[in-house]
Amino acid sequence: MKEEEVNFQNEQFNLTMIPGKFARAMRTCKIWQFIRFLVINIKMLIVVSKSH
Amino acid sequence: MARIIVMGGGVSGHTAATFAKKWLGKEHEVVVVTPNSQWNWIPSNIWVGVGQMTKEDVVFPLAPIYKKAGIDYRQAKAVSIHPNGKAESDAPYIVIESTEEATKGKTEELTYDYLINATGPKLNFDATPGLGNGNGELGEHTVSVCTADHAVHANDELNKVFEKAKAGERQKLLVGTGHGMCTCQGAAFEYIFNIEHEARKAGVRDMLDIKWISNESFLGDFGMGGLHMKVGGYAVSSKLFAESLYAERNVPWIIGAHVNKVEAGKVHYELLDGSMGEEEFDFSMLIPPFGGVGLKAYDKDGSDMTDTLFAPNGFMKVDAKYDAGAYENWKASDWPVTYQNPSFGNIFACGIAFAPPHLISKPMSSPNGTPINPTPPRTGMPAGIIGKAVAHSVCDMIRSGENVHLHEASMAEMGAACVASAGKGIFDGQAAAMTVYPVVPDFEKYPGTGRDTDYTFGEIGLAGHWIKHILHHLFIYKAKLKPGWTLIPE
Repeated sequence: MKEEEVNFQNEQFNLTMIPGKFARAMRTCKIWQFIRFLVINIKMLIVVSKSH
Repeated sequence: MARIIVMGGGVSGHTAATFAKKWLGKEHEVVVVTPNSQWNWIPSNIWVGVGQMTKEDVVFPLAPIYKKAGIDYRQAKAVSIHPNGKAESDAPYIVIESTEEATKGKTEELTYDYLINATGPKLNFDATPGLGNGNGELGEHTVSVCTADHAVHANDELNKVFEKAKAGERQKLLVGTGHGMCTCQGAAFEYIFNIEHEARKAGVRDMLDIKWISNESFLGDFGMGGLHMKVGGYAVSSKLFAESLYAERNVPWIIGAHVNKVEAGKVHYELLDGSMGEEEFDFSMLIPPFGGVGLKAYDKDGSDMTDTLFAPNGFMKVDAKYDAGAYENWKASDWPVTYQNPSFGNIFACGIAFAPPHLISKPMSSPNGTPINPTPPRTGMPAGIIGKAVAHSVCDMIRSGENVHLHEASMAEMGAACVASAGKGIFDGQAAAMTVYPVVPDFEKYPGTGRDTDYTFGEIGLAGHWIKHILHHLFIYKAKLKPGWTLIPE
């Protein structure tokens, strides 16, 4: 059984989504996360500037 | 020379006081009255609660900072407000009671020209029998991460649980909210995933049954009625986003729960469907409900006028629409804009201290009549922005007269960033980074979801975790008024 399929055995979790191997890898991929770091920072700065 | 008194030295009060002093200089006096001797970056208490930071990492003494800024600092709690003065004088004043060791209990009158109420909340542990100790403080059965000391205690208790798990004893952990009217689900949300992360690191995850309990009618409500965010190109409900996080980490949940009693190793709760339940635990962190700090207000003749200044929940009335009525009538414009008290133009409230007009989440109650819904969050970024706007208004009033246009900071036109990080290591942690714009949904402006989905987004990964680290250092740097502190946004 794939890792993302294990917890679907719990009925309470059955109607949601659980990330697979690729999604989990991207969350910790340093290069991709550095790009996301820049993107999230820019988005957050826009939200901050719109809020002041 | 005008005197501004700021009651409270948390995120909102500290922001208001430091900006007011910077803008007014030596010409006018800024006084901060706060019972605490230390400033606490509360979001990082979570890391103290799992042993990844010490108390000293998240607090610093206020006295030297205020001395450097030229702010008159009184370590005391405000007891009462006298906005019309007293028989002998028309000058408005407050009564404060020292919390400093040498002068503890000594009272003093402080006159003011402008008063900013930023007292924050009273942690109302006693609202749930057994959650408090009967004297308004944390009881013996559960832990809390609301203060740095609470978080240190939480970590001590958590370590005992981990030790038992290592010895082969299965342990039950219950984390969430300790009453049907709690706010700050985000803190509990972050704490439960930090526990889960640390349990994996310690190799005891398989020996722990970790469960969530909260007053939210659905996971991901967060006191904001939930939100729709951009995730992976989709506009997704925070319900799906949150449920996915819990499912991935094998953390089951009890929601729509009003915890009505806590005893040793067990909570009793009522659900939105009216049914009653019990849940056993070996370790439990339950957030208490918030209330006003219990400030009283008196008229010139000494008669009680607390109802004029404060709402029944103890929070201060401001320029909000408090008679909006039923949920169907609620609008974004019900929310306050200037935070000026409607009865006294020289009194303002900011941060948690202001009384919201109503909930943001849809009001719900069980068939037994028990209200079970999250109350609106007013912490973090909104608290800082409101504090700064209020300081700006007061400074303008001092310089240009009372009829000046006041600065505006409605939560219906303000966003918030929330980073819930699990783990502390630079490369072994992950965070759910979220922004929401605006905090209070505006269905007239954004008919679909009430919010701007270009700026309401969520993402899980290392990037958010790095941001959490940066925010920790940046905001403590700013609060210490180090060079360039004004350039760091709230």
